Amino acid sequence: MFDNLSLRLDKAIQNLKGQATITEINIAATVKEIRRALVDADVNFKVAKEVTDEIKEEALGQDVLTSVSPGQLLTKITNDKLTELMGGKLEEINVSGSPAVILISGLQGSGKTTFSGKLANYLKSQGKQVMLTACDIYRPAAIDQLKVLGEQVDVEVYAEPENKDAVSIANSAIKYAKSNGKSVVIVDTAGRLAIDEQMMSEIEALKKSLNPSETLFVVDSMTGQDAVNTARTFNERLDFDGVVLTKLDGDTRGGAALSIRRVVEKPIKFISTGEKLDAIDRFHPDRMSNRILGMGDVVSLVEKAQQAFDEDEAKRLNKKIRKNQFDLNDFLSQLQQIKKMGNIKDLVGMIPGMGKAIKDVDLDDANFKPVEAIIQSMTPMERENPDLLNGARRKRIAKGSGTSIQEVNRLMKQFGDMKKMMKVMNKSGARGLSALNPFR
Amino acid sequence: MGLFNKFFSKEDKESLDSGLHKTKETFFSKLGKAVVGKSKVDDEVLDNLEEVLVSSDVGIDTTVKIIERIEDRVARDKYLGVDELNNILKEEIAGLLEDNNATDQEGLSLDPTKKPYVILVVGVNGVGKTTTIGKLAARYKSLGNHVVLGAADTFRAAAVDQIKLWGERVGVHVVSKGMNTDPSAVAFEAVEYGVNHGADVVIIDTAGRLHTKVNLMNELSKIKRVIQKFIPEAPHEVLLVLDGSTGQNAVIQAREFTKATEVTSLAITKLDGTAKGGVVIGISNEFKIPVKYIGVGEKVEDLQVFNREAFVETLFE
Repeated sequence: MFDNLSLRLDKAIQNLKGQATITEINIAATVKEIRRALVDADVNFKVAKEVTDEIKEEALGQDVLTSVSPGQLLTKITNDKLTELMGGKLEEINVSGSPAVILISGLQGSGKTTFSGKLANYLKSQGKQVMLTACDIYRPAAIDQLKVLGEQVDVEVYAEPENKDAVSIANSAIKYAKSNGKSVVIVDTAGRLAIDEQMMSEIEALKKSLNPSETLFVVDSMTGQDAVNTARTFNERLDFDGVVLTKLDGDTRGGAALSIRRVVEKPIKFISTGEKLDAIDRFHPDRMSNRILGMGDVVSLVEKAQQAFDEDEAKRLNKKIRKNQFDLNDFLSQLQQIKKMGNIKDLVGMIPGMGKAIKDVDLDDANFKPVEAIIQSMTPMERENPDLLNGARRKRIAKGSGTSIQEVNRLMKQFGDMKKMMKVMNKSGARGLSALNPFR
Repeated sequence: MGLFNKFFSKEDKESLDSGLHKTKETFFSKLGKAVVGKSKVDDEVLDNLEEVLVSSDVGIDTTVKIIERIEDRVARDKYLGVDELNNILKEEIAGLLEDNNATDQEGLSLDPTKKPYVILVVGVNGVGKTTTIGKLAARYKSLGNHVVLGAADTFRAAAVDQIKLWGERVGVHVVSKGMNTDPSAVAFEAVEYGVNHGADVVIIDTAGRLHTKVNLMNELSKIKRVIQKFIPEAPHEVLLVLDGSTGQNAVIQAREFTKATEVTSLAITKLDGTAKGGVVIGISNEFKIPVKYIGVGEKVEDLQVFNREAFVETLFE
């Protein structure tokens, strides 16, 4: 609905154009629009109201520039504001103590157990002697789940399947850890609702008895308006040290992050972005802000590209593009590099404005297979000189790659278009596009 | 109360009341605040109403729709008392909810021509699919049905163990091929087992998947196709489980899962812990998929057949 906030804002504040400054009157409709956009991204209603009021204060009196549209200006103010609100110093988790105890808390299904496994893996890679402890004595097979995860990351899991007292399990776990030279104990607990008095008392007792160096509150990033109440209650009972946002690999806008940050004033320490056990990341307020506003995530995209691309190869390709010598060999190696970056749809979704455009497009990595097959069925000479491809050659290539002549033709046409585009980009200098060009 | 006796046994009603206590309390107290000191509906009341609806996760679209209709009423009738607002809201909300056309008060009656009745359960991670299946199995079994479960979540660590434990607890057979096996094969064998052993209901669990993962969504379509090789009209029901505390992303989930598997019914879980439930209204309105079950607590009987009149009445009672 609000996929392109700045476009929407442009519409809402057309009356701003031709006026020199932003005033109380001409901004009213726009502020409402921003508020709705935030609420649509699951930012808590009250938080959205407060934040937009502050944005209004900041915007008032600003000159309407001719170079940027008022919508863009306001989007930027909003974006900066959100980044500031979620930001602050990046805080490390505290793993001091012998052993350091990390208590994991949260609602059912928020992803505590999976996160515990990821955190164990993360700390282990930092050279810690990590142990996991299974204190979810309620959900069927929760202990088994943690054991499997422990095995996958090669971390010992402490469990007492017959013991129905979480506090006593955790205490014996710490004793065990001490005598076995573990430096960090991660305590996974059962999911609980904030309104469940009995369960909340249990985790309170756990915290009191264990005196953890770090208590984390795990929350599903898809949570709606109630995220604030849940976080507040958990914070009142546990005074947790940090928040973990899970399931950010989906397409949720994640407004809960802003609400929680604002209401409990605790830092977001980790985000969790997938099923794989290394899919854990530090929290970046600027990216989260972009996401809430539906503006794409260029920084993450560029970072991913940087990780996957080999610099020398990139230089070589860039040179070829400039000299208009880009051939099918380069195209193939480019495809293969893109595949290394991960799921295509996730990647394209990070480009601003593209999120909506590709929502319904089936962008599957498997779509690359026939393309690769076609190029690989060409002779080296054909790959360097695509113009050589006459009817007979195309027929042979189609046969060799198990595709049809139509598919070969389509690919050649796409390749031709691409080259044309590169030519145009070279001419215009393509300054605007260069930020996105991984070949730079 | 007379109304509810038609839909609920006494215990069910009590459980719904207490389970939705939080939803009710906030919805109602907020509504009260929205109109405090007012004798008629004006802009301020409508603004407050917007806040009430939005903070219940009803969603901006649906909220604006409801408000506009009330604005129309105010414009037409010139004067609208605060008392009438309740009634109008009740009407509007009920109108937005799809009726689940349950033919009996349990909503669990089975068509004898569809035997076994195959239910495919889908949803994102952590919404409570396996728990819902456990409870559903218990309810079907208590009505004297022969129930078979299929452990087709072969991905998440220990998911198979979890459903097996439910099977033991409830006393129903679980068809499983272990972890990391092909979920379609498990689904096929579960249906096959159901047919060969004269089961009345086969419920198939699937791994939680984010709707953005194309490959995993394709896997769901495949499970469905494979089941159809055995029983062409199956699955008779595709149940999408949604977490009641999920915000606007629930709408996108409903859309994407419907695309992959043609969802026929919804189950909204964890409604006891949340002040919301508003998401029920938005989704039902947008997708015309009936909400069949709501989960309002940990106990087996806390999985209830959804009845829109009762739900709305409970909100406003």
